[in-house]
Amino acid sequence: MEIGPYLMLASLEGAVTAAVLALTAVGLSLVFGVMRVVNVAHGEFFMLGAVLAWWVATSLGGHPAIGFAAALIVAPVLVGLIAAAADMTILKRLEYDPERTIVATIGLLYIIQQITLMTYGPDARPVEPPFNTRLALPWVEWGESGPALYWPWGLGTTTYKLAVIGAAGVVLVGVWGLMTRTRIGLVMRATQLDREMAQAFGIPVERVYALVFGLGAALAALGAVLVVPIQQAHYLMGHDPLLLSFIVVIVGGLGSLPGTVVAAVLIGMSDGIISVFFTPTLAKILATLLVALVLVFRPQGLFGARPA
Amino acid sequence: MSDAAKILALHFGLLALLVALQFLLPAYHHGNLARIMVLASYAIGYNLLFGYTGLLSLGHAMFFAAGMYGMGLSVRHLGFTPAPALLAGIATGLALSAAFGALALRTAGVAFMIVTLMFAQAGYLIILYFGEYTRGDEGFVIQQSQRVLWGIDLTQPTARYFAAFTLFAACLLLSLQVIRRPFGKTLIAIRENEDRARMLGYDVFAHKLGAVILSGTVSAAAGAFYGLLFGYAGASFATVQYSILPLLWVLLGGAGTIIGPFIGALFTFYLIDIASGLTDAYMAVVGVVLLMLTLFASQGIGGELRARVWSWLP
Repeated sequence: MEIGPYLMLASLEGAVTAAVLALTAVGLSLVFGVMRVVNVAHGEFFMLGAVLAWWVATSLGGHPAIGFAAALIVAPVLVGLIAAAADMTILKRLEYDPERTIVATIGLLYIIQQITLMTYGPDARPVEPPFNTRLALPWVEWGESGPALYWPWGLGTTTYKLAVIGAAGVVLVGVWGLMTRTRIGLVMRATQLDREMAQAFGIPVERVYALVFGLGAALAALGAVLVVPIQQAHYLMGHDPLLLSFIVVIVGGLGSLPGTVVAAVLIGMSDGIISVFFTPTLAKILATLLVALVLVFRPQGLFGARPA
Repeated sequence: MSDAAKILALHFGLLALLVALQFLLPAYHHGNLARIMVLASYAIGYNLLFGYTGLLSLGHAMFFAAGMYGMGLSVRHLGFTPAPALLAGIATGLALSAAFGALALRTAGVAFMIVTLMFAQAGYLIILYFGEYTRGDEGFVIQQSQRVLWGIDLTQPTARYFAAFTLFAACLLLSLQVIRRPFGKTLIAIRENEDRARMLGYDVFAHKLGAVILSGTVSAAAGAFYGLLFGYAGASFATVQYSILPLLWVLLGGAGTIIGPFIGALFTFYLIDIASGLTDAYMAVVGVVLLMLTLFASQGIGGELRARVWSWLP
């Protein structure tokens, strides 16, 4: 294959990564933005979403689409409830002190991960996609009689992958609408701006926090349900999304939702493209070092305007 | 007894007890204690930064692995004997912590924690990337013939125990010395109130950098000894788990106490040892203990001792 089709294939794969990453990272960013809490257990909520999706899909049986549709609703809701419960029982007691919540969420990370190991086991298990038609993609070539289309071997994608990209877009627009157009979004933004003032105006800050923490975890779980037909569910799968979400949230500017989405697309796409031409390890080394240096030299993020 | 005498009695008493235990313990616990003393030295390094300076690092595995690989690679590829290899490991940790501190200390609070996490992750991936030399996840074994220090075979249990003891005693007395001197007192002042320390005219950045270098170098020394005494270097020692463990040891034993790291490492080691006999998911124990400590006993064992019995505990 020539370089052109190769690059197109890499960007398609990158776009799927970017779509899932955007959902996960927006969840993390929401929690950090509103609550000022760094949730190290975020990757485990992602993993929990994937494992629950497998559980729902296999226990329902029937056509894959039925199980998948059920998982799409059940997994995020369950994970959101678990997270909200963790917020009310643990984080609230720590009064959201930044250092202590980090240590507590590390504890939570190991508990969720190891309970999954005990119950679900160490195997990676697949979930069948609801639909999965292969699409071959054309490429333009300059022949003797001007431009002509041809179908290079291996250049293609599946309808499911395109649906993932579409679904992530819809959800992200939904989150944006929720934050900017509804009353509950207004309340969240008020809490983000000034917690004490919000409380003085009668906003039940603690309930808002539980809601935000649950919503953030549910977004991660939703991303995981979308990706599990491509990737397989495994109890250690939360590690990479956590790291990549951190990278995205920091590069996009801590707590800025539009910045997070732009950074997710940038990081997801470049991760896909760099991985094709170099090794995935090198891609990750470059990304982590980039993040460390962004934090050191531009703490407000590449796109953030507000000083931290 | 004056407080200073009590402090000396406690710490030298602990060291004397450890010497005595070498002759008393059965083989299994004897081997464990040697390992615990090396890990406790790592925790002492971590405590200098976290407990006394108030900087929470999530990336100390990078220093531990720097010492381990600085030692291991120079034995494997340059044919070093143990003594220069240990020095090479410690020097690697010193250089890395100086470079890392100069960059990372430009940030503070949550950003500092994430920067430490990211640098450590990059360090781990770099070890994997150069798998040709480091053998990545699989790691490499340091042969018995390469582990003879000044005619002493470090694969022998007794020799290994005393090598571990020497490292531990050196780290314990070093940290005791550091925090009793003006440098250490300034670190505590920075932990308690950074702005006020700055206002009083202390060079906060230089002191923090000193703490990072000291902490990183002690951690690297522990890593170098660990690799040499137990004959193995692998990328698993550079993972996040090995950054979280010293945090756990120090929190459990009591952050900002000299003996805390040892108590924490001892307890955690046996806790994990027992739990791993019961289930594969023994890391759940680590999670539960971390959570319980942050919720109910943020001072740890050493902190409780200081609050209730020994108010002079350094």
